[in-house]
Amino acid sequence: MSHSHLRSEQVSIRLGEGEQAFDAVLGLDFSIEPGQFVCILGPSGCGKSTLLGALAGHLAPSQGVLYLDGEPIVGPSPQRGMVFQHHTLLPWRRVLDNVAFGLKMQGLGRAERQAQAREMLDWVGLAEFARHWPRQLSGGMQQRAEIARVLVNRPRVLLMDEPFGALDALTRARMQQLLLGIWARVRTTVVFVTHDIDEALLLGDRVLVMSTRPGRLIADLPVPLMRSERQPGLEHPALAALKRQCLALLHPEHRPLPRLTPLGLPPDFTPSKIAL
Amino acid sequence: MASVRTYRWALRGLSLLLCLGLWQLLAQQHADLGLVTFRNVPPPGEVLQALLALFGSGAWARHLVASLERVAAGYLLAALVGITLGVAIGRSRWAADTLLPPLEVLRPIPAVAWIPLAILMFPSSELSMVFITFTGALFPILLNTVHGVEAVDPRLVASAKGLGAGRWALLREVVVPGAMPSVVTGLAIGMGTSWFCLVTAEMISGQWGIGYFTWEAYTLQNYPDIIVGMLLIGVLGLASSWLVKRLGAWAMPWYRPGGRP
Repeated sequence: MSHSHLRSEQVSIRLGEGEQAFDAVLGLDFSIEPGQFVCILGPSGCGKSTLLGALAGHLAPSQGVLYLDGEPIVGPSPQRGMVFQHHTLLPWRRVLDNVAFGLKMQGLGRAERQAQAREMLDWVGLAEFARHWPRQLSGGMQQRAEIARVLVNRPRVLLMDEPFGALDALTRARMQQLLLGIWARVRTTVVFVTHDIDEALLLGDRVLVMSTRPGRLIADLPVPLMRSERQPGLEHPALAALKRQCLALLHPEHRPLPRLTPLGLPPDFTPSKIAL
Repeated sequence: MASVRTYRWALRGLSLLLCLGLWQLLAQQHADLGLVTFRNVPPPGEVLQALLALFGSGAWARHLVASLERVAAGYLLAALVGITLGVAIGRSRWAADTLLPPLEVLRPIPAVAWIPLAILMFPSSELSMVFITFTGALFPILLNTVHGVEAVDPRLVASAKGLGAGRWALLREVVVPGAMPSVVTGLAIGMGTSWFCLVTAEMISGQWGIGYFTWEAYTLQNYPDIIVGMLLIGVLGLASSWLVKRLGAWAMPWYRPGGRP
């Protein structure tokens, strides 16, 4: 894990086809140190999820290259674990088997993978829910299971697409603390996409701010203070100043854009191959 | 609560009894309603006697087994072919382009319309009846499988790939289970159509079987037996659909129809 180093060289990503095609993100240049917790902040539809999808390998850049430890990123890999905004647990697998899924794909035996999955569930506080079906869990618990499922693969990078965006405020605050607790243990690199300034400033070592579409990097802000000194109200003068800076960068008067997803354009109506 | 339930069951029972009574009345009076006549319709009592006679004679087992074997053969083959082709078509554009055109041409032809050609094509009437049953069940199963596979959440597929799932693991762990509710619906509909097709085929070219029994009763003017045959066909269809639904529920303990995923 010591060589983890994530780099983006002049990356642009085009979405859509023909006349509808547009640049979701344009000319992104950045690099992330191993073990860093980086938040990507930007308005809705700015392409931050698109960038995350490319880091995960679900989308290919139209220009430029993304590197992880010197290797170009091509296709999805368990090395780059992705947590979606809405959980993607398999409804037909119990929580334990969902968490053990990555290990099963590696070919580990049942006993071994279940033991490791149990440990992960313990980390995220879901040990008692191993035998439940995903639909029996609350939204927050589903995201905990989703995080455990990604971490069981010991990824070099943890990619998170507004993972707590759909949760209520109280659950979100609890999940943020849980995530920081886990990160303190695994120290993997985290790329955390959010449109919530407070969330970015509470969690990140560093905040990359993106402009509205086409998404470009417009600021790279190190966050001062230890996490233990950051309070949810962001009352510390240094954080309050940083928040004002972010607010000014995000231009709330921009017209709202439809949300993009890490898999490209939002799912549209695709006609079936067979008409009834 | 209990009294409401008793009342509702009583009402349902009463409704059935009323229908039986009406049948008895119309058949007894040989009622002629102009458009439809009950002159040759046997009353419920005679049908019951015919049913008991059939069970007493032992021939019923042979009729039943003959029909069940044909349905089992045709239906299971249709399930195998329908699900396999459906998954291939739903997952791969190449499979869709090569397999769909001929299937689309055949699809609008009702299975029953195949009967004359099937008799010419197959060496035995047995095989032709199995073929008709197969054709009847194939398309509901195939179509529902294709739709089920297409409806699998692409996020689940992407996420499984990200966790290291290869091509086959993706099919086994994500695509097939995801399509399963739709496949089971197709299997249930296919069960109904395969019975329908079998009975029709048996009426035309059978030696044994419930459809043959029913049609023979008409030609030999054993009118009570016609209704016995109809009732048996209904019971068999009901029982086999129930079996498919039970197997579906057993295979998908995670699934709650209408519930959120």
